[in-house]
Amino acid sequence: MAIDSDVLVIGGGLAGLTSALAAARSGADVRLVSYKQSTLRNASGLIDVLGYTPDGDGPLTDPYGSIPDLPTEHPYRTVGLETVREAMSLFDEAAPQYQGEHTDTNALLPTHGGTVKPTARYPAAASAGVASDSRDMLLVGLEAMTDFDAGHVAAHLEAAGVPFDVRGETVRFPGDLKYDAKVTRYAKLLDENGKVSVDGTKRPARTEFIERVKGKLDGEDRVGFPAILGDTNAAGVRAAMSEELGADVFEVPMGPPSLPGLRLEDRLFEALDEAGGMFETGNPVRDFEADDGHVEHVLVEKNGAMVPYSADEFILATGGLVGKGINSDREGVFEPIFDCHITHSEDRYDWFDTEAFGDHPFASFGVETDSTLRPLDDSGSVEFENLRAAGAVLGGYDFAAEKSGSGVSIATGYEAGNTATMEAQ
Amino acid sequence: MSDAESNINPADETEFEPTAPNTGEEFEPVDVFPDSDDFDLRPGADSCYKCSTCDTNCPVAEVDDEFPGPKFQGPEQWRLKQADGEHTIDDSIMDCSNCLRCDSSCPSGVPLGQMHNTARGEYVSEELDTFSVEYIRNRILANYRTSAWLASKFPRTSSFFMNFGPVRWMMDKVLKVPKERDFPPFAKETFQQWWKKQGGAAGSKERAQESRRRRGEPVDAEKKVAYFHGCYSNYNTPEVAKALVNVYEYFGYEVVVPEQKCSGTPMFANGMLDDARRHAEVNVSSMSDLVEQGYDAVASCTSCSLALRQEYPELFDIDGVDEVSDNTFESVEYLRIHEDIRGELEDAEVSGELAAEFGYHAPCHARNQGLERQAVELFGELEGAEIEDVGDSCSGISGTYGWKSEKYEKSMKIADEMFEHMEEGTDSEVGMTECPTCAMQMEHGTGYEIRHPMELIEEALLE
Repeated sequence: MAIDSDVLVIGGGLAGLTSALAAARSGADVRLVSYKQSTLRNASGLIDVLGYTPDGDGPLTDPYGSIPDLPTEHPYRTVGLETVREAMSLFDEAAPQYQGEHTDTNALLPTHGGTVKPTARYPAAASAGVASDSRDMLLVGLEAMTDFDAGHVAAHLEAAGVPFDVRGETVRFPGDLKYDAKVTRYAKLLDENGKVSVDGTKRPARTEFIERVKGKLDGEDRVGFPAILGDTNAAGVRAAMSEELGADVFEVPMGPPSLPGLRLEDRLFEALDEAGGMFETGNPVRDFEADDGHVEHVLVEKNGAMVPYSADEFILATGGLVGKGINSDREGVFEPIFDCHITHSEDRYDWFDTEAFGDHPFASFGVETDSTLRPLDDSGSVEFENLRAAGAVLGGYDFAAEKSGSGVSIATGYEAGNTATMEAQ
Repeated sequence: MSDAESNINPADETEFEPTAPNTGEEFEPVDVFPDSDDFDLRPGADSCYKCSTCDTNCPVAEVDDEFPGPKFQGPEQWRLKQADGEHTIDDSIMDCSNCLRCDSSCPSGVPLGQMHNTARGEYVSEELDTFSVEYIRNRILANYRTSAWLASKFPRTSSFFMNFGPVRWMMDKVLKVPKERDFPPFAKETFQQWWKKQGGAAGSKERAQESRRRRGEPVDAEKKVAYFHGCYSNYNTPEVAKALVNVYEYFGYEVVVPEQKCSGTPMFANGMLDDARRHAEVNVSSMSDLVEQGYDAVASCTSCSLALRQEYPELFDIDGVDEVSDNTFESVEYLRIHEDIRGELEDAEVSGELAAEFGYHAPCHARNQGLERQAVELFGELEGAEIEDVGDSCSGISGTYGWKSEKYEKSMKIADEMFEHMEEGTDSEVGMTECPTCAMQMEHGTGYEIRHPMELIEEALLE
């Protein structure tokens, strides 16, 4: 058996990447395996720690202040407040293009639905859009992009009571891109200032786009766009646009597929590479072999062949119900690789609330762990001595309602990566 | 409480009560799509929840406004076809380069590669005129093996003739094969000819046993592989195939080279599924016999290994196709699984020509098999050589795609990022990749000499 490492991380989302990064930085030989591409590309790119309490109180000003009052089964309580802070510092080091680390206070960011969202960290690309800023704002949408209706977003923000005037304008993107043009197409044209056809002549897309926006500006100090402003050269695109427009340019985070998420994914994989971590994407972990409560290796399926990957310590960061780290059928709810225990009612009609936005039990489904994040079986004993869980595969919290998904992934990933490294050495 | 146990009063069964659905009472399954020999792609189409991850991975959609992207080519087109009997496959399917980036990206497991191959096959057989230049040109390109076989009879003449100005001008005008490209030179001795001189399987067995003695392994160890070399390393780059044989024998493996045809990759990409099937039948038949005897199949071309592992079982129902798929590996991957090659390379050193800084490009088809990082990982600690990943962009050539005049510019636009990273990221003018056509594109855009990882392994461990 030749594919071996000190620590093997299963999953390439925020929790898996943070686990691997923490392990690599504390000296472990670490390998990350991810079935599919990172789910970060579906994420807004905002990094929340805690926006609301489990009872729905909020938006919270200080996310850290509320952690000691969370229910004991909450993953933040498992790892403790100090670990959450340390973990966020690791994130800040790994992702220098993020802001918000100067304060414990949540920032308020506008969303593409026109709501205002409390969040702990945000990309520099979004920073000029913070809602606590009183400068007037112009939002610019694109005719062919149905996901961002600038007028609608502006009206919603106004209704939310933001302390500035906000207006929406819609322009046509130069080159008349199709209605289903991909965000990557816009980004590439802006990155390269690529030529497009405008009234029969070839014109550089970014230059022409700036011209069109200029005509819509009416003295606003900041201009927001859907998150399409460049991919590999995003900072350059933003700087060029700000200079030409004479206003701060920012992006409003969008739904999937999301460029801010893609950029964060790229950055974190780069950080892992720099830290000496190994990674591979494309094949699922299907099974494992254990001896007396000790996982010996997992089996990675490669087009029908089962290939063993051995390690001293394993980290399960496969995601929740959406990421498929937790699955269910008519019979029950289960964790598909190690079959870790997941507490749930036998009657599947108890899994959800009848109200769409009600308090759904399924939202908190996940594995329960001991104080070092090792999953527990139904009798409360540790399932495997060298398996830890991180991120959305954990139970005991509802990340969508609390706005705590990223923070829990980072904090538990950090803890799992560090503890696994310590155990492996 | 299950549905069957739920207590429903028949009188109320028209009332919908979400917590106690009245299903299961008189349910009769309906066969929505009656018996047919066609592929049933419905499970794939149903799994698509339109997150568009595939679209953000598509290198063509990034540069071409007219290309509607993989989400349309796959699940949406399939649904449209079910909606009415009149919907035919959209001609934009021919702009898909079959890089399969979408296929490996889908978080929901939609078999986009299979959907695209099926759609393209249907388009070519139903919509494309077999007397059209496009069809004829594509058929010639797809059947590269035939041309290469012919050319290898007169390698010097062919290499000259294929790149002779007036000939290329004619080919551009008549066949729409871009004159900008250089045809790869044909080897004076094919790999197969060399292999025979080496004594074939019997010679390999002897050398493998010798290695096992040297390595302190049991002389009769069951270490045997069937090598699928593909067309390119036979006719154009036999040095890659020879390196593979030498490296495998060094690790104590007996190599056999079974009867084989084209893997079918260029045929899938051109919608020539009948041609592909004919070749696949030969390959599966000879490989499955060997698998039964305990051999594993290895390929040095990542598109060949992908075809045998994934595209064959997705597209063809041939006896033994699953067994071959389950036992086929990319050649470096196989050594990583079974040997401590990482450790041996950490202790090794290269000097001479291959002591260089390689700009490594991971082919899309390697990415699809989860192999995009293995060269970087393996050679990271190798003394004398350095390896720099030139990023995750597609090389743009996608086999025969960049060999079509109307696609040439697009192919170069896709490759821009890779060329740039190669030139910025490395000091020596050498590149590395597993895929022969990616290598062609890398050389075409930068003038670098491009090597296969197996050649560096050979240099490090054997020389």
